[in-house]
Amino acid sequence: MAEKAKRSRGKVISIIANLVLVEVDGPIAQNEICFIKLSNTSLMAEVIKVHEPIAYVQVFESTRSLTIDTEVEFTGNMLEITLGPGILSKNFDGLQNDLDKMEGIFLKRGEYTIPLDPEKKWDFIPLASEGDTVTAGSWLGEVTENQQPHKIMVPFKLTGTFKVKSLAKKGAYTIKEKIAAITDGEGNTIDLTMTQKWPVKVPIKVYDSKPRPFRLLETGVRTIDTLNPIMEGGTGFIPGPFGSGKTVLQHALSKQAEADIVIVAACGERANEVVELFTEFPKLDDPRTGRKLMERTTIIANTSNMPVAAREASVYTAMTIAEYYRQMGLKVLMLADSTSRWAQALREMSNRMEELPGPDAYPMDLTAIIASFYARAGYTCLNNSKTGSITFIGTVSPAGGNLKEPVTEATKKAARCFYALSQDRADSKRYPAIDPIDSYSKYLEYEGVKEYLNETIHEDWISNIASVKNFLIRGHEASEQIDILGDDGVPVTYHVDFWKSEVVDFVILQQDAFDEIDASTPVERQRYMLEKVLSICNTGFSFDAFEDVAEYFKRIINELKQMNYSEFESDKFKGHEDQLEKIIEERKDA
Amino acid sequence: METRAFQKIHTRITNITKATCSLKATGVGYEELAIVHGKLAQVVKIKGDTITLQIFGGTEGIPTNGEVIFSGKPPSLKVSDALAGRFFDSFGNPIDGGPEVEGEEREIGGPTVNPVRRKQPSELIATGIAGIDLNNTLVSGQKIPFFADPDQPYNQVMAMVALRAKADKIILGGMGLANDDYLFFKNVFDNAGALDHIVSFVNSTEDPPVERLLVPDMALTAAEYFAVDKNQKVLVLLTDMTLFADALAIVSNRMDQIPSKDSMPGSLYSDLAKIYEKAVQFPEGGSITIVAVTTLSGGDITHAVPDNTGYITEGQLFLRKDTDIGKVIVDPFRSLSRLKQLVIGKKTREDHPSVMNAAIRLFADASNAKIKQENGFDLTDYDERTLGFAKEYSRELLAIDVNIEIDKMLDTGWQLFNTYFTKAEVAIKEDLVSKYWPEEEGLEERRKKEPSEAKA
Ligand SMILES: Nc1ncnc2c1ncn2[C@@H]1O[C@H](COP(=O)(O)OP(=O)(O)OP(=O)(O)O)[C@@H](O)[C@H]1O
Ligand SMILES: [Mg+2]
Repeated sequence: MAEKAKRSRGKVISIIANLVLVEVDGPIAQNEICFIKLSNTSLMAEVIKVHEPIAYVQVFESTRSLTIDTEVEFTGNMLEITLGPGILSKNFDGLQNDLDKMEGIFLKRGEYTIPLDPEKKWDFIPLASEGDTVTAGSWLGEVTENQQPHKIMVPFKLTGTFKVKSLAKKGAYTIKEKIAAITDGEGNTIDLTMTQKWPVKVPIKVYDSKPRPFRLLETGVRTIDTLNPIMEGGTGFIPGPFGSGKTVLQHALSKQAEADIVIVAACGERANEVVELFTEFPKLDDPRTGRKLMERTTIIANTSNMPVAAREASVYTAMTIAEYYRQMGLKVLMLADSTSRWAQALREMSNRMEELPGPDAYPMDLTAIIASFYARAGYTCLNNSKTGSITFIGTVSPAGGNLKEPVTEATKKAARCFYALSQDRADSKRYPAIDPIDSYSKYLEYEGVKEYLNETIHEDWISNIASVKNFLIRGHEASEQIDILGDDGVPVTYHVDFWKSEVVDFVILQQDAFDEIDASTPVERQRYMLEKVLSICNTGFSFDAFEDVAEYFKRIINELKQMNYSEFESDKFKGHEDQLEKIIEERKDA
Repeated sequence: METRAFQKIHTRITNITKATCSLKATGVGYEELAIVHGKLAQVVKIKGDTITLQIFGGTEGIPTNGEVIFSGKPPSLKVSDALAGRFFDSFGNPIDGGPEVEGEEREIGGPTVNPVRRKQPSELIATGIAGIDLNNTLVSGQKIPFFADPDQPYNQVMAMVALRAKADKIILGGMGLANDDYLFFKNVFDNAGALDHIVSFVNSTEDPPVERLLVPDMALTAAEYFAVDKNQKVLVLLTDMTLFADALAIVSNRMDQIPSKDSMPGSLYSDLAKIYEKAVQFPEGGSITIVAVTTLSGGDITHAVPDNTGYITEGQLFLRKDTDIGKVIVDPFRSLSRLKQLVIGKKTREDHPSVMNAAIRLFADASNAKIKQENGFDLTDYDERTLGFAKEYSRELLAIDVNIEIDKMLDTGWQLFNTYFTKAEVAIKEDLVSKYWPEEEGLEERRKKEPSEAKA
């Protein structure tokens, strides 16, 4: 094998906040990691620009008290994380330090932990056999992690084909122990353990193809699943002003979505929101498996008061973990709150380096950075003809709530679903505040998706979605006319149209994230309610005076909402449904 | 700040701007403090042997041959129980004529609490103000600002909240505080007999603006001492954070950084988050709650300072004058406490969330009716009733001079519902209505008796 290269060293020559310039004595690589050796600790940093012999490094920690001439050691590696059994249920920081292993109340500068437990024994079952031909990503064996199969794979970094020379027998092993040996074409043998390392900024690409997503990822959120569904392997984003419900919506997705694995990247947001996950997930049940939600979840926490440079690392760390589980043929949901904070971290650094600024002082290549990040999601056919997927949904926090800003615009180009949260809806507590008219899912245009939905939900599903959206638009237009001309300046039918759209709004769109039953609606129930609401919308009602319209429809809405709050098809549910039918009979056209 | 005998004195300043100066020196640490011509300064940039210092008091009168002495350490505060009852300037020097505080020296702006060592906030802070307790309940460990125009009585409301909050310590961080306001706080705390558990760090309007940059970190270092070392419940008041941000902008513009929105530095979000995220609940019982003030200009919340603040804090409280009742109220629409769901209906009566939501919804109907009225449209009977309700709701519950227990707020809510609305219009869950709807004759009974009159 290649002779071990001599690692370069350097000396600090300039300090501006967490941008440090280092004069280097040898070769270095872009994105190489180095350590700045303070007397009592070392600070991790990443090379972000090279101008021989000077390396510009961003330090993942506070640079307080750092002095000129401090020694710097380069590692020869990019920012890498460790992949292996034991990642699930962990709370990592953006650099994959295990937060639970860190001592004391405060995070100490320069304290780095090993990410995975080196002592724990895993029950290994071989999947391959000696003599098999394998390539990067091939499944060699399997252990059980939180009662889910976790594949042990040929390291993704290896290129070419190999033969399995030896493979551990069924039994318990730690991640340090050798479980396999493989030989390359020239007869060199490589020993493998259950772990491998991967540089987070590089996408893992050991798969066959990425076909277009076609299968629905159920989220239990009606305004998403029914109106603008996201597919397994799809991408979406949630822009919205502060307080409009981005985080509540993402938490709902992380709890309810029908995924095998959920990776949550808390990127530059509030610590208390992460604490909510830490506190609740170990207690909450995953309704599909009956196991605790925490068992399928990994949290990457880089909250707003943690080092700014590590914010960028945190989303890449999370994505790399997502890709790792995708390679096992699992359905992964990755959430990031908020990608704007990551973009702002890039902006702070770009400004410090005095780069030519793009719009709003963001770096010029922001759009490309965001696009290549979203491109790491997808529905994937693996080399062994199994499939895996990463569905990615990020939030965006636009300055001043104005969607015409660089991060929102760049993300709009990259993501296929757009869930715009509206200030007006949030102000009037119409949660989730997703604007039903502005938002879209491009997947609804995919032929494969249409076929899939009509086959799996109902043959009229796609046309029902179109029709319910139509009622919303018609109601919106009616309400504009009423506002201009006054209640009695328009025909009574305008009021009826408006109130029909209110029925859709209150019963389908609005959903109480804090109610045990209403919080999550299975697709079968969504179908039932959509048909119910559509049948009301398609019914003609007669009124003599506009005053009667609101009162009448409020009664209809009330019964439908009570249905939403009741166990599906329970006596209570049916009781309200009977009530509803009676109310409809009162004014239904003959 | 003490200086040590062996310290080297530099006397050749090469560059001077309005807020910074540069000189050649070696062995200097980043963020280290120095004294430049008698003025306190901090290292903000090191490039080779050229050190750039930010002069807190401004550079007026600093000569190129002025004396520069480096302290060898970043800004710090001496912490001990002796802080209680004392008033300090931005640097932590006493301004009340009392002696220096002895204690352990701690760097300010210290490290972050490990998120897994936090506890989820769950303790209600009662203020007696219904606009807060009923609609925007505060929780210990929360961070929340008042968004207020400069003519609103935010400091008065904040002082009231502080005194009623039953905190073990109140730490006041005053930035650009007018002398009258400083004296106001001092008097209010004194009259309440509370001075002994209050610590104040004050930068007044007369002090140089850049000095303000140290105030939040000073206040929070003191707060962490009491919350971590002494397990106390600490309430930190920061007024006015907009003036703090203005000082940030002054410094970053002088340092030739590219400004982002509203001439604020691109790092504004991170700078503010570092402060607000010090709010915390510890499992051992100690907590830091931050109540701040962010003044708005012309009510514009899309300006970079309130906008970034809103993205960081756990809600915001809006004060507004209600012209119908001639009083300042806590605006129920734009105010929000994001942690309220951790306590309402759990630590308070079960009907709390329902009463709160129904009342706000009816109040919203009233403002729609008002718009209709202003546009010259006829009002329906329901519209008229919402207007009557809104006026009483505003006076009895939203006004900041209300001071009652939470159960009483809820009872008042039910009474107003009964007076103005039917049960169907209020639309609260059956079981709560049957339990709490008042016995007294209300709208429904009146309607039954004299249907024609009640409808008129
Ligand atoms: N689905 C919902 N049901 C009920 N209340 C909600 C819902 N969504 C949001 N809210 C309310 O709005 C508040 C703010 O929501 P959230 O924290 O999700 O906003 P955000 O968009 O993430 O804001 P920021 O950008 O500041 O982080 C919540 O604390 C809650 O009170
Ligand atoms: Mg949020």
